[in-house]
Amino acid sequence: MSAARHASAALLLAGSLVAGPALSQETVYSQVERGRYVLVTGNCQGCHTATGEEPFAGGRGLETPFGTIYTPNITFEPETGLGRWSRDDFWRAMHEGIAPDGSRLYPAFPYPHFTRIPREDVDALYDYLATLPHVKKKKPDNELPWPLSWRASLAGWQWMFFKPGPLRPDPEKSAQWNRGAYLVEGPGHCAGCHTEKNLAGADKQSRHLMGGQLEDWAAPDIRGGRNGGLAHWSEDDIVEFLKAGRNAHTAAFSIMAEVIEYSTQNMVEDDLRAIAVYLKDLEGEERTAPPRPDQAVMDAGAAIYFDNCSACHVSDGRGVPRFFAPLAGSGKVNNEDATTVIRVILEGARAVPTEAHPSPLTMPAFDWKLTDAQIAAVATYIRSSWGNRGGAVSASDVAGLRKRLAQSLGPDR
Amino acid sequence: MARRLPPVDVVLVGFGWTGAILAQELTEDGLEVLAIERGGWRDTPSHFPTTVAQDEVRWYWRKEMFQATARETLTFRNNRSQTALPMRRWGSFLPGEGVGGGGVHWNGQTWRFLPSDFVAASHNIERYGPMQPGMTVQDYGVTYDELEPHYDRFEKLCGVGGRAGNLNGEIRDGGNPFEGRRSDEYPNPPMHMTFSQHRFEAAAKELGLKPFPGPSANMSQPYVNPLGCQLAPCTYCGFCEKYGCGNYSKASAQTTILPVLMRKPNFRLKPHNEVFRILLDSTGKRATGVMHVDQNGEEYEQPADLVILCAYQLSNTRLMMLSGIGEIYNPATGEGLVGKNYCYQVTSGADVFFDDKYTNEFVGAGALGMCIDEYNGDNFDHSGLGFIGGGYISCWTTHSRPIERQRTPKGTPTWGSAWKKAVAENFLKSTNVGSHGASMAYASNSLDLDPTYTDAYGRPLMRMTFDFTPNDRAMTAFLTERVREIAERMGGREIKLSPREGPYDSMPYQTTHNTGGTIMGTNPANSVVNRYLQSWDVPNLFIMGAGVFPQNAGYNPTGTVAALAYWSADAIRSQYLRSPGPLVQA
Repeated sequence: MSAARHASAALLLAGSLVAGPALSQETVYSQVERGRYVLVTGNCQGCHTATGEEPFAGGRGLETPFGTIYTPNITFEPETGLGRWSRDDFWRAMHEGIAPDGSRLYPAFPYPHFTRIPREDVDALYDYLATLPHVKKKKPDNELPWPLSWRASLAGWQWMFFKPGPLRPDPEKSAQWNRGAYLVEGPGHCAGCHTEKNLAGADKQSRHLMGGQLEDWAAPDIRGGRNGGLAHWSEDDIVEFLKAGRNAHTAAFSIMAEVIEYSTQNMVEDDLRAIAVYLKDLEGEERTAPPRPDQAVMDAGAAIYFDNCSACHVSDGRGVPRFFAPLAGSGKVNNEDATTVIRVILEGARAVPTEAHPSPLTMPAFDWKLTDAQIAAVATYIRSSWGNRGGAVSASDVAGLRKRLAQSLGPDR
Repeated sequence: MARRLPPVDVVLVGFGWTGAILAQELTEDGLEVLAIERGGWRDTPSHFPTTVAQDEVRWYWRKEMFQATARETLTFRNNRSQTALPMRRWGSFLPGEGVGGGGVHWNGQTWRFLPSDFVAASHNIERYGPMQPGMTVQDYGVTYDELEPHYDRFEKLCGVGGRAGNLNGEIRDGGNPFEGRRSDEYPNPPMHMTFSQHRFEAAAKELGLKPFPGPSANMSQPYVNPLGCQLAPCTYCGFCEKYGCGNYSKASAQTTILPVLMRKPNFRLKPHNEVFRILLDSTGKRATGVMHVDQNGEEYEQPADLVILCAYQLSNTRLMMLSGIGEIYNPATGEGLVGKNYCYQVTSGADVFFDDKYTNEFVGAGALGMCIDEYNGDNFDHSGLGFIGGGYISCWTTHSRPIERQRTPKGTPTWGSAWKKAVAENFLKSTNVGSHGASMAYASNSLDLDPTYTDAYGRPLMRMTFDFTPNDRAMTAFLTERVREIAERMGGREIKLSPREGPYDSMPYQTTHNTGGTIMGTNPANSVVNRYLQSWDVPNLFIMGAGVFPQNAGYNPTGTVAALAYWSADAIRSQYLRSPGPLVQA
């Protein structure tokens, strides 16, 4: 469906170029195409599209620890979208996190990263957005408690945690490394999910890309150097994952599935390679091994595993690479934060269908079949077998997540 | 009054294997294709994930996988002197319903017919003289060589595992030496065989036969098909036939085509809508579309330039009858063609019981087996045998589903503690050798509309008139003896023969290989569709499926159904679209 809409957007290009009042005279195809690519690198579509609704028309609720923030309509529809924004307005929002009326934007819109995108690219993005079909759709009101609902409160946040400006290239490193750093730290805003947040919701700089939690998913450590979560991945592995949604180690689902579907699978391979080079250069932190779980729990977990999991993930956890995710050595399984492991067992997970792998191979849900204690046992077993060192999971962890997921069941999930 | 919908280029009636193939092919040409399916959407994770796929009670015994007989079934009788009664529960065959059709619950035995099967009339008459009285066998009008590239395409789509016995004319050890010339090896190696297959293989070799692995659409290894769809390695759980595969290991529309097709903007699927009638213009020579009804009883007129019937053989035939296209076959006069040459398949077998050897048939798969083809088609001299055609003999280990499978030796009571003891003793120590025989067309076997019984909408049910024929009986008696010869040599304690005798019984499961009713042929006087599966009467109407088989061969039909679908799609794309009209001049 989205492919069809892209096609129709492309067809509309010619007409929009003359019709759009906000467009400058010199806007030409190459400029619009450049903007499209900036959009791809930033995965604008993911957040600015509500499930099953028009792309870029916003309305998706982003769940934060503070409340739900709804994304705005970024089509150029004049009343509910960006149609009345000037290029300068758009630049200010992207670069400084300030709306045309002077109010401050919530950093759920990742301007701390987008501030690193140069002006020419932001202008090109503006020109591309202007070509999208207009959709009239009003943004729902955010669900935030006072004083957070009062945007002036963001002045302090911006003062403490936000410095506008470009990413300074590291002259010691290659152009490729610097391109990768720009993509990861700038438009790609990887830290949005993959870095732990402080109490104010800002990135903990000391935990950069070492894993984070968002909307009840634990995003794994993606540092690729020694002790990093991707230490055992090659550059090729990273490129393949971002291009195809699967590699020999894992498959993407949930939020990363969107990133791959809308963003990375549409990026040029040189850029994916640059991302890989940069990530492989980031060293991680040594982790102490967790205590060996109770043998009775391991035995119970093994029995549950052989009955329910081994048909696909194979008796020794090796899985079927690129079909059914290996569990041995998996970053998701070894994550200290077991949220994703528990959640996948509860809800199942669908590997993202991509151009390279159109089959949406899916693990079924076990929430109706296994109790909290059984899920805890099998999660403990897979996190502590075949060289994995994730550690034990308790039944109360499972019960807590089960309850939170049931509460957040809504149209957007 | 039916609501008129915006026209489409192509409307497909039914969305199983052939619907998915036609949709995938015709959308490649940019045509706007709409598939109308009376059942619901079905996919692996939502409908038959591993957590529920092996629910024997739900899928098979309560028939949740199959067409709902409470809404529509068919009536059955053995011969015209009887009054047909409705089949209120499926038995002998199991028509599917919903996206993927019967292709969701098939076993995956993916055969090619023999070259001589396509010319069954001319070949056998030339070799053995005139046909038996009442036999209405005829040539297909298409040859094996013409279908070969299309068989190859389907095998690659499905990731069929096997070993070629005739690779570009070279006969190779370990494959089927009788098969037609193949242009390529199977895309996957054969499945892993179990104890039973090894014993069958050894016994067959002792008899001078040439056993080979059955061609399997259960994956022997991970496979990515030419469309990029992924099929995962089979876990040998033994829930194929009558079940959906939860492991993505069995080829189906869901695993091989839909991931690509459903993303195409020029394809649409309308589930839960039943086509009532093919609409014709005032000349009766052109289809203008179809009339269909949704679950609320709302009627719609869907205009289309091309109408393609892709439902099950029984449904396609009935829709032709209900639409008044062509004349319904009358066995008394021999007039009419729709419903003619209904054929089935004739199976028999022998259970083999071991004392001290474990067959462990719970390690099974729908198409895990060794076969021999010496007694199929015209692979042997039929002089003086009193029949034509034949069948393959096999040792498939398809399953040990505990409710369905209780093999007991001869003389065991059918209930009580002695029965229980025998089941327990033999459950892990038995296997079966089977014959899978052809069914030749006779004037006495046919389909028409029932004069009494109607479906949920008040339309007449299909009436099936069928019994085994003199050819069937002679053939199965011959094949059962060959089964016995092999079974006796497999080293078991005893065997129990199950010959196919008596009148055809529509209740015990045999095969879902119903054929004929909309048969293909060489001219409008002997067939409903031409060699490209195009209606002789209405050239913008095409009919897929085994209904076009003039008679059934001694193989499972899906490979040939699919090859014919690709062949027809190819003719539509390369000839019909350029110049719409009859592809064969009558």
